[in-house]
Amino acid sequence: MADHPERDEITGRYTTGHEWDGIKELNTPLPKWWVWVFYATIAWSVVYSVAYPSWPAMAGYFGGLTGWNARSALTEDLAEARDARSEWLTQIAAKDVPAILEDNTLRSYAMRGGEVLFKENCAPCHQTGGAGAFGYPTLADDEWIWGGAPEDILATIRYGIRDQDNPDTRINYMPAFGDDWFTDEQIEAVAGYVYALSHGEAPAEGPGQALFMQQCVSCHGPDGGGNAMLGGPPLNNRIFLYGGDKEDIAAQVRNPTHGVMPPWENRLSDEEIKQLAVYVHSLGGGQ
Amino acid sequence: MTQATTAQGAVSGARADGTSYVEGPVRLFVLASVFWGIVGFLVGDFIAWQLAFPALNFDLPWTTFGRLRPLHTSAVIFAFGGNVLLATSLYVVQRTCRARLYGGDVMGHILFWGYQIFIVLAAVGYLFGVTQSREYAEPEWYVDLFLTVVWVLYLAAFVGTILKRREPHIYVANWFYLAFIITIALLHLGNNMAVPVALLGGDTWWKSYSLFSGVQDAMTQWWYGHNAVGFFLTAGFLAIMYYFVPKQANRPIYSYRLSIVHFWALIFLYIWAGPHHLHYTALPDWAQTLGMVFSVMLWMPSWGGMINGLMTLSGAWDKLRTDPVLRFLVVSVGFYGMSTFEGPMMSVKAVNSLSHYTDWTVGHVHSGALGWVAFISFGALYFMVPALWKRRSLYSLRLVSLHFWIATLGIVLYITSMWVSGIMQGLMWRAYDELGFLQYSFIESVEAMHPYYIIRATGGVLFVAGALIMAYNLYRTIKGDVAEGAQDSVPAGAAVGVRQ
Repeated sequence: MADHPERDEITGRYTTGHEWDGIKELNTPLPKWWVWVFYATIAWSVVYSVAYPSWPAMAGYFGGLTGWNARSALTEDLAEARDARSEWLTQIAAKDVPAILEDNTLRSYAMRGGEVLFKENCAPCHQTGGAGAFGYPTLADDEWIWGGAPEDILATIRYGIRDQDNPDTRINYMPAFGDDWFTDEQIEAVAGYVYALSHGEAPAEGPGQALFMQQCVSCHGPDGGGNAMLGGPPLNNRIFLYGGDKEDIAAQVRNPTHGVMPPWENRLSDEEIKQLAVYVHSLGGGQ
Repeated sequence: MTQATTAQGAVSGARADGTSYVEGPVRLFVLASVFWGIVGFLVGDFIAWQLAFPALNFDLPWTTFGRLRPLHTSAVIFAFGGNVLLATSLYVVQRTCRARLYGGDVMGHILFWGYQIFIVLAAVGYLFGVTQSREYAEPEWYVDLFLTVVWVLYLAAFVGTILKRREPHIYVANWFYLAFIITIALLHLGNNMAVPVALLGGDTWWKSYSLFSGVQDAMTQWWYGHNAVGFFLTAGFLAIMYYFVPKQANRPIYSYRLSIVHFWALIFLYIWAGPHHLHYTALPDWAQTLGMVFSVMLWMPSWGGMINGLMTLSGAWDKLRTDPVLRFLVVSVGFYGMSTFEGPMMSVKAVNSLSHYTDWTVGHVHSGALGWVAFISFGALYFMVPALWKRRSLYSLRLVSLHFWIATLGIVLYITSMWVSGIMQGLMWRAYDELGFLQYSFIESVEAMHPYYIIRATGGVLFVAGALIMAYNLYRTIKGDVAEGAQDSVPAGAAVGVRQ
């Protein structure tokens, strides 16, 4: 098409005279506001890049007139946060958990800090608020496998349960009674006894009772009350880690599942572990 | 009512001056666009439901979010968007150059089948866990090499057609298509520099390692990732806008000068903006600053396209009432303007410190992807199908209108829920109590997002439903059907597909 600008009747503008497949173009000038906003963004960009680290050179870069950089800003922020906490943390470091529990102000602080730590580190297994789940003990009740006193809770958090590497970890293994130890009938009998025990209906005698007295009482106690020193859970209530039906109990007698909790002493600071112990102690049944 | 090829329709295939255009492969690209679009939207909505209800991962490796998410992004960007770009570019370049496609039908078919094989190779890899783990560049090296061959042929076909054009000037849409094709080639090669581990003493040919490491690798990836948005989803689709909006509105382009200035400003500035994806990371401060200021300067060049698109309707605004196809095109330009304001704003570091890693980003991407890219594609598909199959009009404009409203509602649900959810996430993550402790744990912010995930996924259902309506409408159009009374509301001559 030859270049013959035409006047567009609706806008009054001329076209450029080009045409492609019926499409023409108006020769409208750039909208003024568009040009000025574009210039403004360029001006702002120049100002910003003068103020902050920006243009690279062969070696290094222009650091900006404000002297700001992300690394020192972060260092300052962290130092500020550390300062704000240091007074509290010094006090927590100086006291043991029972003493923190005595101190109302410090306890409130540790409760809040412990809650945050709990949500980030413990809730995936023990659930929010320590509600627990299948295989993960509830921390919001007053039943404790390894003890519910402040120092017990502290030791459990610090060293973990059945950790492979930690020399101080809490460790016990219930024998697998299904391995050439009990017959199927015996497993059935002892599971029936434990089930009755958990419902407060344990018979005074019988094959189940006899086996329980022979094999189980050393860890679980003669009345099924448990033994926190050895990590033997109470069996005289309906709180079971791996299910409280007769079949669940029989499965645990036959070939027990042993849970593992990681030690936290290398992941959290001592002050943090103390705060966690205060929080967990408060959840339901701290002793 | 079934129509045979009409005298008017025949004009678009064979010009009176004897130029006959390659149309068979373009038709295939159109069909592939609709097919992959629906696949991509369906997978996207499915993974949206997975986020709301994780049980939908089914505990199978092939159906986990991690593998389906790249399937979704690649299906919508490269399979749907790519086929639309190929369909429209081959359609537009021939008509605006008055020249038959360089390489003819054979070239068209090679491009079509080559591109579909690329898509299938990539998708199969994702499901089986074969991935480079680079966002939007997940295909492994062998797929990358294959695509390189197809892409070079595409460039040859496109440039060849321009070189033998019978118009004195190159139309603006072709500038944008060319910028898209060349830059994507550059990005593709730059970001996929990798060596198969078998060549490094490893035992597999399926995996490769990037040539870059650490922060250089991240920077290369986001140079690529951001410009995939800039040149695939922006420049390429602006080309679509520059042809189909004036055609459908039957009005001249608003400003030739604006098109020149915003074209060069856009392609010059876009390429530097990638670092804004890496704010507050190990990326050096100076690179973050430059990424941010180039993004802010990009605001007006992006809006140049919006102004040219919207103002082209001067004197034709009344057509929006009667022409739902034009409505798709114009509303898409509106969403484009909104996203290209939101983008520079989110690149400002102070805003980014709130928005980064939240659903706000996801909402932003989808206001661009659904509102701009998909809507302008729908408009172009509704335009091209009657033209390519020589039908006098679409089967039903009422169904186009239904598609428009149902999809718009879906987008509104999507974007608003992600704005709320994203800003809420950002605020929850940075909330401290008076003792200096974080107010919320991460999992609490996840719980809080649940209702918004359901709203978002519901919006997705609407969007998919709209696409199915389109597929039906296009199928009936291709069959040659016209719905009874469907065109009543449209003034004579304004009916879609009527070539004057």
